[in-house]
Amino acid sequence: MAALGGWGLAGAGLPAAAQFRVEISGVGATQIPIVVADFRDEAVSGTAIGGIVRADLARSGLFRSSASPQALDERSTVVAAEWRARGADAVVGGSVARLADGRFDVRYKLWDAVRGEELLGRSQLVVAGDLRLAAHRIADEIYQALTGEPGVFATRIAYVLRSGRRHTLHVTDADGERAQVALASAEPIISPAWSPDGRELAYVSFETQKAVVWVQSLVTGERRQLANFRGSNSAPAWSPDGRELVVTLSTAGIAQLFVMPREGGSPRRLTSSSAIDTEAVYSPDGRFVYFVSDRGGGPQIYRVPPAGGSPERVTFSGGHNISPSISPDGKLMVYVARQGNGAFKLAVTDLANGSGGGGVRLLTDTSDDESPSFAPNGRLIVYTSRERGRDVLMTTTLDGKIRTRLVSSGADMLEPAWGPFNR
Amino acid sequence: MNPKSTLSLAALAAAAFLAGCSSGIKLQEPPPVETRTPQPVGGTAATGSQTPAASTSATPQSQVATVDLTKQGGATAAANGLARIVYFDFDSFVIKDEFKPVVEGHARAMVANKQRRMVVEGHADDRGSREYNLALGQKRAESVVRSLSLLGVGPAQVEAVSFGEERPAAPGSDEAAWAKNRRAELKDR
Repeated sequence: MAALGGWGLAGAGLPAAAQFRVEISGVGATQIPIVVADFRDEAVSGTAIGGIVRADLARSGLFRSSASPQALDERSTVVAAEWRARGADAVVGGSVARLADGRFDVRYKLWDAVRGEELLGRSQLVVAGDLRLAAHRIADEIYQALTGEPGVFATRIAYVLRSGRRHTLHVTDADGERAQVALASAEPIISPAWSPDGRELAYVSFETQKAVVWVQSLVTGERRQLANFRGSNSAPAWSPDGRELVVTLSTAGIAQLFVMPREGGSPRRLTSSSAIDTEAVYSPDGRFVYFVSDRGGGPQIYRVPPAGGSPERVTFSGGHNISPSISPDGKLMVYVARQGNGAFKLAVTDLANGSGGGGVRLLTDTSDDESPSFAPNGRLIVYTSRERGRDVLMTTTLDGKIRTRLVSSGADMLEPAWGPFNR
Repeated sequence: MNPKSTLSLAALAAAAFLAGCSSGIKLQEPPPVETRTPQPVGGTAATGSQTPAASTSATPQSQVATVDLTKQGGATAAANGLARIVYFDFDSFVIKDEFKPVVEGHARAMVANKQRRMVVEGHADDRGSREYNLALGQKRAESVVRSLSLLGVGPAQVEAVSFGEERPAAPGSDEAAWAKNRRAELKDR
């Protein structure tokens, strides 16, 4: 068996990782060195399972992953000392087998090369269309076994692809691969928002020559208008229990926040200002709705209880702070902060320190960064940035040190929204 | 290499997360054939009755159905005599003197013919978030609609909508392009 060797990040020519690139800036945190062998017979399945697992782990920023210099599967005998000598703390070997009914059995084992013991052994039966999902689940299990936290590799990201006048709402694996089209339109689509159960997307479509909020089932494609009132209807945000959404309506003559049942119906007004109120997002505990308002002059981030009340300002430094995303534990807020030179960068602030008290730290060093969205484990953020005149999807770790560009297509990739765990 | 066994495997064993040292699955044996079919994403009570296709074993549970609106009819557009565009200054919603005749001309036509319907589309330049720009465009459109109503146009005759930064009149990222994009367009309905 030919040795692939080298860094898993380079993809070793495997199609799954061919377009994958990881940029590491600054001094990285401690990374776990892990060897993940190509899965035996993975070529039969047409999916480079080992390469997908290596790329997933690398993107998290917590692993340094490489391919195995020798063939390895779940039945191999692993001599811990040999792998330790090569600098590996953990080793993964597995296989793929096609069953009589056409499905695939994907198996692997994870060994701890430091303690010399087997940590995980699993088997999954999947149809061909779920082989990538199987690989992402394996990466999640390895991630959890070695870091103690859930991984997000098997989750999905929704985004909008714009190519000329064609706009398509895509749903991809968390690595940006295997994009599936949920909606194709000749008119703009913006602001996709996942229902907490991951089954539906709310979004804004201009297909009727105005902004209307729709909700669409991902599996069936069945869709309904949630908000189609006079003026513009936009910025849907699901409550954590999935029963209500906050939307921005202009029925009062200017953009204001309203709460609506998920089935649609009568909106209840949440904010009453003579300024723009929009870009709502719930805190994960449901206690607050964070939103953007220019009631104080320039746009700043505020929060208000979903039952109503007087809004409280959250951002104070800088004259233009927009697009809040709250971490799943409710402690951090990432948003877009316009800098003095006009650049838009991601900023993160600690909400636990109280409004205004938390320091603000910039996460990106590029100048057209938009639409941040937290991964459901709170460890990564997906956002868009400009690269050679195109909008591209990026992920960054919370320390801003590991940034990844997800696959790019030559078209603009906009408005990413990271989906929930439930898949 | 090829599975021969028809050994049945408990479905939950495959799904359970196995931490610790021991494996619940006999990985040293050939892969068993299992009878369970994968559950589709929406395959439980709430949407199950609408997803017959998703219940077959050949459908990946991560499937996403496509809705293609581009196969329907295209957009509508209209045009006639009067100028139809009002431009705005940066961060402003005030109709400048040079554009007042545009608004007044349309107001006269609509007051004269109460059957006339128009839509005012507000637009913004592409700096900042799409949602905030949608709200800025809406504010510009509302500014024009308010002027029309002050001149006697009925509320049922005109609607203010916004396209935010989604339909730029001029490409580019300089003040010349931005100035062309901060606008409201008056369109017949």
